[in-house]
Amino acid sequence: MIALLLGPIGVAIVGSVVGLFYLGVDRRLVARMQARVGPPLVQPFRDVGKLMMKESIIPNGALRWLFQFSPVMCVMGSATLLLYIPLFGQPALFEGSGDAILLIYLLTVPSIALVAGGFASSSPYATVGAQREMVLMIGYEFPLSVTVVSIAWRILQVTDANAFAFSSMAQYPIWDLVGPLGLVGTLLLLVSLISVTPGELGRIPFDLAEAETELAGGLLVEYSGRNLALFYLGNAIRGFAVLSLVVALFFPYGIAAGIGVTSTVLAVIIDGAFFLVKVLLVMFVAVALVRSAMARFKINQASVFYLMIMTMVSLVGLLLIWADMML
Amino acid sequence: MSDSIQKTTFTMPIGPIHPAIHEPIRLDLSVDGEEIVDVDVAAGQVHRGIEWIGMNRNNPVQSIYLAERVCGICSACHPFTFVQAVEQAAGIDVPPRAEYIRVIIAEMERIHSHLLWAGVAGHEIGFESLFHLVWRVREKVMDLTEYITGNRNSKAMYQIGGVRRDITEDQAPTIRKTLDYYKSVFDELKKLLLDDPTVKMRTRGVGVLSREDALRLCAAGPMLRASGVAADVRQDFAYAAYADLGVRAITPDIFTGAVAGDTYDRIVVRLLEVKQSIELIEKALAAMPDGPILTEPKIAKLLAVLKKADGEAVARTEAPRGECMHYVRMKAGEDVLEAWKIRAPTYANLIAVPTMLIGQQIADVPIAFASIDPCLSCSNRAVIVDRHSGTRTELDSEQLHDLSVEKTRRLNSELTYK
Repeated sequence: MIALLLGPIGVAIVGSVVGLFYLGVDRRLVARMQARVGPPLVQPFRDVGKLMMKESIIPNGALRWLFQFSPVMCVMGSATLLLYIPLFGQPALFEGSGDAILLIYLLTVPSIALVAGGFASSSPYATVGAQREMVLMIGYEFPLSVTVVSIAWRILQVTDANAFAFSSMAQYPIWDLVGPLGLVGTLLLLVSLISVTPGELGRIPFDLAEAETELAGGLLVEYSGRNLALFYLGNAIRGFAVLSLVVALFFPYGIAAGIGVTSTVLAVIIDGAFFLVKVLLVMFVAVALVRSAMARFKINQASVFYLMIMTMVSLVGLLLIWADMML
Repeated sequence: MSDSIQKTTFTMPIGPIHPAIHEPIRLDLSVDGEEIVDVDVAAGQVHRGIEWIGMNRNNPVQSIYLAERVCGICSACHPFTFVQAVEQAAGIDVPPRAEYIRVIIAEMERIHSHLLWAGVAGHEIGFESLFHLVWRVREKVMDLTEYITGNRNSKAMYQIGGVRRDITEDQAPTIRKTLDYYKSVFDELKKLLLDDPTVKMRTRGVGVLSREDALRLCAAGPMLRASGVAADVRQDFAYAAYADLGVRAITPDIFTGAVAGDTYDRIVVRLLEVKQSIELIEKALAAMPDGPILTEPKIAKLLAVLKKADGEAVARTEAPRGECMHYVRMKAGEDVLEAWKIRAPTYANLIAVPTMLIGQQIADVPIAFASIDPCLSCSNRAVIVDRHSGTRTELDSEQLHDLSVEKTRRLNSELTYK
């Protein structure tokens, strides 16, 4: 009972710290690619700390309870994600009680919190931002689902266990199951999942819900102080969760057994560190590199990108994996 | 439920304080979903009464420095135009060497201004890397400006009857080195700005101004040229040393083969003008004749000549943003100018903004508006028009100051700190 209570709190705290740290790494990496020095790694922690001290202003026309509840919902929703994703090379805290399908549903919670907060603040900028966020959500949902379903379907062919459980995905990494044709299909799925990541996190080129130069902060334009700090924290945790999801789906490997470490404690430490490196690499490709190489899409361009191009890419990936299995 | 749902529009203010707009102006957009159905431009938030000071407090030489501070970026084009107007009104000749130095400084300003704009354009479409890289390239010309004039921006080079500082033989190698640097990075710059797929996605077909509209609405400078009108004051009414150097107006069809009049074309025009400026500086350096740089180096004597002057003149130059015009009237026996009127290019280009924006998406507003390279400090006057009686009253700086103090007091008394 105590473990059930303390576990989620512990995961939320660890998730916040690691999420904020990765945010700092991302800012630093992008700065270096833009020939800048960039902020210190602890800058996101300082940002949150400072926002916490600032006054939280609630605009006159806002729906007060929703305006204040949304940031909390965003943090709680993001932290809940972490309970169902395997972290640090260990099984998820609530393994067994939830799988990848639940996760796809849970992933929408922080976005919905942002949208609710945007509408509740009754600013035209936030309203436009919230509309954009909803359109974007509809867009990336489909390639994301196709990717998860394709992997699970292939795993289902070799095991009777729940193929959507992350433990099955760790037991039968997708790369080991497929032949040459399926390898191409899996790569396409990886591409589509990586393209979903910046959309899920609201980063360039999919930061159109905030779009500083267009909407002056969009969804978050009316937020300040503690409420903004919570959104900031929620986004950091969600970033860590989404990147961990990519790792769990495609790179569920550990190295401790491979390099001949026998001590259990040492193996846990090594696999935990290896997990952080994997997340870092995924973040570098999916977030930092994309964000420094592209301009912001317009909402119609983003919709076409997700609903047409990435949906096609993921469906072709599914088809190739199926063909690989059948032929 | 047979009634069709009435589409509602709502008003979205962009500015006077908005991250996309780096100077105060307000665009009132009527928005239907993401589409813009109407635009109203409300200018007038940075009036400083510069012309009034030139007509009441400063002598013409002091007013050169005032003209330099009309705008933070065009700190060459305004004094350049102003001294030409005064010289014309007072009948003062300029030594040939000074004409060349004036051109070199003006072209350096064009390079810096166009690169600054390209960076801002990158920022507006959310392409932060482009912004940082272009601004790093721009630093070289800022360094060169500091090397020649002693200051990065407010250059204080122009003087009535010439220029205040010479460009010496020892300085020429440094200038050539900087120009060579720009030539070496130009292709990469072109690739970054014109070939990048996301830049194309965000600028093609955005903020279109047709040739007819551009002429009808009196657009100026790169705006006008991007719409396919080959008009350039340096070509059409060559002033200073431009007649010797030969300038051709740049239109986008040189590069793209056709004129679309969109934001992409404006990038093309500005980028090609950077190259043109590099070539102009090179030519000017090579062709620069020896001789004095000032007709009358003694300020007291110059002021005496100016006090006796009687006449009026209009001078025009091609500023980075388009045609800059100064009108000056001088009366014998008066220390100050009798009349001084500045018309900066943004003032002309603002008129075209509603035409460019209607029918576009909200996402297009920042880049389309930025594509006129708005310089709002240049274009603000305070005139109060009473719509009911039709009377117009102008406010001078003292009245504006009093109004401002009064408003601060009023706001202070209204504010309640909880």
